[in-house]
Amino acid sequence: MDNKSLKATRQSYGEALEILGELNPDVVVLDADLSEATKTNLFAKKFPERFFDMGIAEQNMMGTAAGLATCGKIPYASTFAVFAAGRSYDQIRTSICYPNLNVKIVATHCGITVGEDGATHQMLEDISLMRTLPNMTVMCTSDDVQTKWAIQEMAKKQGPFYLRLCRLATPSIYQEKDYFEIGKAIQIGDGTDGTIFATGVVVPEAIKAMEMLKEKGINIRVIDIHTIKPIDIEMIIKCAKETQKLISIEDHSILGGLGSAISEVLTEKYPKKLIRMGIPDTFGKSGKAEELMKEYSITSEEIVKQFVNFM
Amino acid sequence: MINIEELQEKAKEIRKGIIEEVYSAQSGHPGGSLSCTDILTVLYFKEMRVKPEEPEWEERDRFILSKGHASPALYSTLANRGYFPIEELKTFRKVNSRLQGHPDKNKLPGIDMTTGSLGQGLSVANGMAISAKLENKDYRVYCLLGDGEIEEGQIWEAAMAAGHYKLDNLCVIIDNNNLQIDGTVDKVMSIYPLKEKWENFGFETIEIDGHNIEEIIQAFEKARTIQSKPTAIIAKTVKGKGISFMENQVGWHGKAPNEEQYKEAMQELMIV
Repeated sequence: MDNKSLKATRQSYGEALEILGELNPDVVVLDADLSEATKTNLFAKKFPERFFDMGIAEQNMMGTAAGLATCGKIPYASTFAVFAAGRSYDQIRTSICYPNLNVKIVATHCGITVGEDGATHQMLEDISLMRTLPNMTVMCTSDDVQTKWAIQEMAKKQGPFYLRLCRLATPSIYQEKDYFEIGKAIQIGDGTDGTIFATGVVVPEAIKAMEMLKEKGINIRVIDIHTIKPIDIEMIIKCAKETQKLISIEDHSILGGLGSAISEVLTEKYPKKLIRMGIPDTFGKSGKAEELMKEYSITSEEIVKQFVNFM
Repeated sequence: MINIEELQEKAKEIRKGIIEEVYSAQSGHPGGSLSCTDILTVLYFKEMRVKPEEPEWEERDRFILSKGHASPALYSTLANRGYFPIEELKTFRKVNSRLQGHPDKNKLPGIDMTTGSLGQGLSVANGMAISAKLENKDYRVYCLLGDGEIEEGQIWEAAMAAGHYKLDNLCVIIDNNNLQIDGTVDKVMSIYPLKEKWENFGFETIEIDGHNIEEIIQAFEKARTIQSKPTAIIAKTVKGKGISFMENQVGWHGKAPNEEQYKEAMQELMIV
């Protein structure tokens, strides 16, 4: 992990779109008056004829994307996660997922790491909402390289995708040569004292915790779950068998999110206790992203505490 | 070229199919299906460029039934147009039927878009119209809205966008039967004045009697000539049109006829 090169996954999204636009003439991009923030403005500048600002009207944006998809276009529709998964839920359900249309929803500004804007803008329920929709693939990437891969990869796959991205700049974890596959989690480290399953913006916290624990003689592994649906069942069972303590961490409500998805697998396939770190059943609040991560205990220090207490 | 009498005859056949479907299923929405039957007849038998033997033909005109609960009308029209056997209408709303309660584009040939949750079809139509413009294709997109349906906010988001993007390849038809489940549209939640609303959102408007085949044909012809803006055809219709005891009766929004009513309805449709 490179702590010096910080980048927000939304920035990686914008950069990836610029390249994708060159490679695939069927790609079109829609935004709802947030293209500066979601970084779709990079695509808009380069391909103005294939960029559609739909104004502050997210429901119509999702439906329009669906219509474009029926004609063979590959629409990427972006806005903040709260307006994508929340406000347009029924449009995503009825006009995109039910007809199984090839719409790629890339939602930025997920979780409490949105920061100062506060609870109204901090989407803590989107993984939960999106993963219950049939046909939907749900992803949450953790760094620049992985996000750029996901943006390219989803264009090659038929069907709806929901990718949740972050506002906060985070360290780079992967290198260009690293291999990714949709539905396959990534194992970092091979400790057997415990496993921390993480997704998105908190993966770097999990890696930091792994390093801190190593100094204390506790060896854990990090599992980066970039695809939450379909979830990597094999990897979860493998870690449950090979390691002692299991923890999940996410910048999302602990209800219905990554922790819940892992629990579902464990309950049916390999019953074992899982500690779910994340936002409890509550709305967020204003503050700096880093302060809020401390406030809601989704930091490397908190992960370390959990493992040390156990050991 | 099909003439007006032949179209009227087709409309009658389509109405028979609607009654057949709703009676077989003992469920469904006859009122709003019968009010848009004449419009659908003109669309599929005269106005639209379609190939029933090649339902996914890229150059085809598209149709979206945004008021998806009028599925009996769309299914009967498609069956009569040759997309699938008329006999299949009897499977409407039954387990494993291709004729779902609301239209499913992946199940039945000829359905251009899955609908059912009101207010969503116009946005999808916009996407299709934008796609045609991007590709320099000359197909047109038609979207039928219920008058109660346009109480949904998304319709006006979509209307604003259609005007903004000057989608002159888009033609909206409002099935203005003035009835919704809880009563008359003007009493439940008034949508009026209709013409001015659509004009203010950037549409050309044409007001017609939605049961007068000639007026329907002319409205579509005029819509084709409008440039740089979409067209909204406001079609004054009668809910339950064609079956005397269903006409203008809100109770027939989502109710199936019993055996006696079925026979009576069919008898009315047999009279030349």
